[in-house]
Amino acid sequence: MSDYVDELMHVTDADDPTTGDVTISNYTINFGPQHPAAHGVLRLVMELDGEIIERIDPHVGLLHRGTEKLIEYKTYAQAIPYFDRLDYCSPMCMEHTFVLAIEKLLDIEVPIRAQYLRVFFAELTRISNHMLNLGSHVMDVGAMTPNLWLFEIREDCYNFFERASGARMHHNYMRPGGVHQDVPLNLLTDIADWLDTRLPRLFEDAISLVADNRIFKQRNVDIATVSRDDAIAWGFSGPMIRAAGIPWDLRKSQPYDVYDQVEFDIPVGTRGDCYDRFMVRVEEVRQSARIMKQCLRDMPEGPIASSDRKVVPPKRAEMKQSMEALIHHFKLYTEGYHVPAGEVYVATESPKGEFGVFLVSDGSNKPYRCKIRPTAFSHLQAMDFMSRGHMLADTTAILGAMDIVFGECDR
Amino acid sequence: MRAPAPAYAAHLNGETIDTVRATLGGALLDAVDQVGEVALYVERDSIVSTLTSLRDMPGLEYQQLMEIAGVDYPERSERFEVVYCLLSLTRNHRLHVHVSTDDVKPVPSVTGIWPVAGWLEREIYDLYGVLFTGNNDLRRILTDYGFRGHPLRKDFPMTGFVEMRYSEDEKRVVYQPVSLAQDFRNFDFQSPWEGAEYVLPGDEKGMMPEGKGAPTPLNADTIVKADAAKAPTETPKAGSEPYAKTTTTSTADTGAGNGDAGNTPREKPADAAVVPTKGEGQNQ
Repeated sequence: MSDYVDELMHVTDADDPTTGDVTISNYTINFGPQHPAAHGVLRLVMELDGEIIERIDPHVGLLHRGTEKLIEYKTYAQAIPYFDRLDYCSPMCMEHTFVLAIEKLLDIEVPIRAQYLRVFFAELTRISNHMLNLGSHVMDVGAMTPNLWLFEIREDCYNFFERASGARMHHNYMRPGGVHQDVPLNLLTDIADWLDTRLPRLFEDAISLVADNRIFKQRNVDIATVSRDDAIAWGFSGPMIRAAGIPWDLRKSQPYDVYDQVEFDIPVGTRGDCYDRFMVRVEEVRQSARIMKQCLRDMPEGPIASSDRKVVPPKRAEMKQSMEALIHHFKLYTEGYHVPAGEVYVATESPKGEFGVFLVSDGSNKPYRCKIRPTAFSHLQAMDFMSRGHMLADTTAILGAMDIVFGECDR
Repeated sequence: MRAPAPAYAAHLNGETIDTVRATLGGALLDAVDQVGEVALYVERDSIVSTLTSLRDMPGLEYQQLMEIAGVDYPERSERFEVVYCLLSLTRNHRLHVHVSTDDVKPVPSVTGIWPVAGWLEREIYDLYGVLFTGNNDLRRILTDYGFRGHPLRKDFPMTGFVEMRYSEDEKRVVYQPVSLAQDFRNFDFQSPWEGAEYVLPGDEKGMMPEGKGAPTPLNADTIVKADAAKAPTETPKAGSEPYAKTTTTSTADTGAGNGDAGNTPREKPADAAVVPTKGEGQNQ
C-alpha cells in the first residue's frame, strides 16, 4: 500500500528512481457482438495498446441465414422477398438489383412509368436509409437530438412505403417487368408536399445541429482517412469511394431505369475522412429529393408492368374474368417463368454502395446460383487498416461512417 | 438490349475481347460475349498474372475487383468455378473472369493484387471448400464457429446436418442432429408440357413403340385372347377362399330399408341433481 501511495505522491528512492513506469502490454478486447454501436451483430476482436488500436479482426457471419442457398430452392418470384431482408434499411434498392438482373437475362421491356416508379422509390429508400445512418452516426459520437428528428423523416418514409406496397419494411414491390401495383395519385401528391415542406425543414434542422458542430468535427475530421488508391484497391463503392475523392456513382456512370433522364449531382469528399463520408450522405439526401421531384414531374401515365404475359401475372380482376388469365396466373404463381440460361453480374448504386447480383441461370424456373455482392464486405474488411493507430472511441465513428447493415453483410 | 439494366460501356465488349486475346495469349481458354457481358475463361495457374495484366495493361485498366463468386457444377470433372468480377472506373466497363477447380486443387490467391480479395476468398473457401494458396488468413467467415461442411455445394442439404437450441438442463446452447417434424419438401411445379425432364407416372405408355399396323378397332369385350380356349377360367366356389363369395338376391339379405338401430333415441339416465323445470325456465 505504501508503494502505491509513494507512487501517487511521486516519492522516489534510490532503488527505483522513476515514478509511474508500469509496463503495459497489449490486450485484446471484444467489441460486440451485442454492442449498440456495432450496428447489429458485429464482433470486433481488438488488440489495444492502451487506448490505441493496434489491430482489428472483425468477425462477421453472426447473422448468416443462408439466403443464397435458399434462393437456389425458390422460383425467381419467390426469391424477391429475400432481398428485402438483406439490407433491411434499404429494401427497395436490394429488390431493384435482383429485378434488373432477371430482366437482363429475360431481355424484357419495362414500361416507362414503372421505371420512374422504381427510381422514385429507390430514392425514397435512399433517404430513409441515410436517415438511419446519419442519425445513428451522430448518436454514436454522442449527440442524441438529431437522431430523433431524423427518425421522424424515416417514419414518414415508412408510411409512404406502406401506402405504396402495403408493407412498411419488406415491400416486395418491384417485379421483373415493372412494379407490383400502381400508386394512388393521392400518395404522389402527399410525397410531393412532404418533399417541399416537411423533409427540408426537419432534415436541415437536424443537420444544422451537427454539420458545423465543434464536438462533432473533433470526433470525425481526419479520422480514418482513406486515400483514392486505397479506396480502389479495397473495392470501395458508394459514399465511401466518393468521400475519398472519386466521383463514381453507378446511377450516373452506368444508368439503369430512367436515371439517365434525371438531373442530379454527385457529391465528392476532399479528405476521405469520416466527416466527408457523413457530408457526402447529407448531400445525397438533398440530391435524392431532387431526383424524386423530377420523377413526379416527368412520370407519365401508363402501364406499370410489362405486357409480357409469360412473365408478369395478370391482375386479380382480370384473372376472375378470363380463362387464359387464370391459367397464366396459376402457372406463374406455381411454376413461375423460365429464365434463359446465362450469367450476368448486375450492380446498382444502393445507398451503401455497389450492391451486385451475380446470377447464373440454367434455363429452369429457379436460379442456379445467385451470388449477392454486399457492400459491407469490402468496407468492413478495410476496418483494420482504417482504424489502426486511432483511439478506441474512434471505432464507433469509423463504423458509423461506413454504414454497415448485417442483414446484407452476412446474407 | 431492351431491359433497363445498368448501361455500362457494352460497346467496348468486342474490342476488349480482342485486346484480351492479344494480351493473355495461351492463358486464355475462351472469351465470350453473352447477354451483353464479357466472360473470360482462363487457366487456373495463370490467374494471378492474368488479373495483374487486366489491371495494369493500358486499354484494359480494370482497377477494381468487385466480387469473387463461386459456382458449383457437380457434374463437371472440375466441379467449382471461381468467378472474378472486375470493374474499370476509367473505361466504365465490367467483365468476369472464370477459373475452374475442384476441392483439392488450390487456386492462387489474388490478395497480392487486391487486398479486398482476402475476405472474398475466405467466403468461397467457407461456402464451397475451394482452397487458395497465398491467402494467409483462410479461415471460415460466414458460418458458425466450428461449422463442418461447405453449405453452398449442391450436395449439401438445405436443412443442414445440425441444429442449435438452448438447453434448459445444461444452461447453454447445444448442437444436435437436425430433426425435421415433417420431411423436407421440394415442390416441383415444372410444366409437364414444356421443360420437364422426367416422366410422369403413366406417361411411359405413350412413349413405347407402337406395333405395326393400325390400332385395333375392337373393344375389350370382343377381344378373344389366343389362349382363351385352352384354359377356361372358373369362378371360385364359395368356401374355397377365406372370403366366401355369396350372391345377394333380396333386400332382406342386405338389410336395406330397415331402420338403423344405432339412431334410436334412448332414455337418458335420470340425474338426481337436475331439477326439471319444464315450462318455467328463463327461455320459456
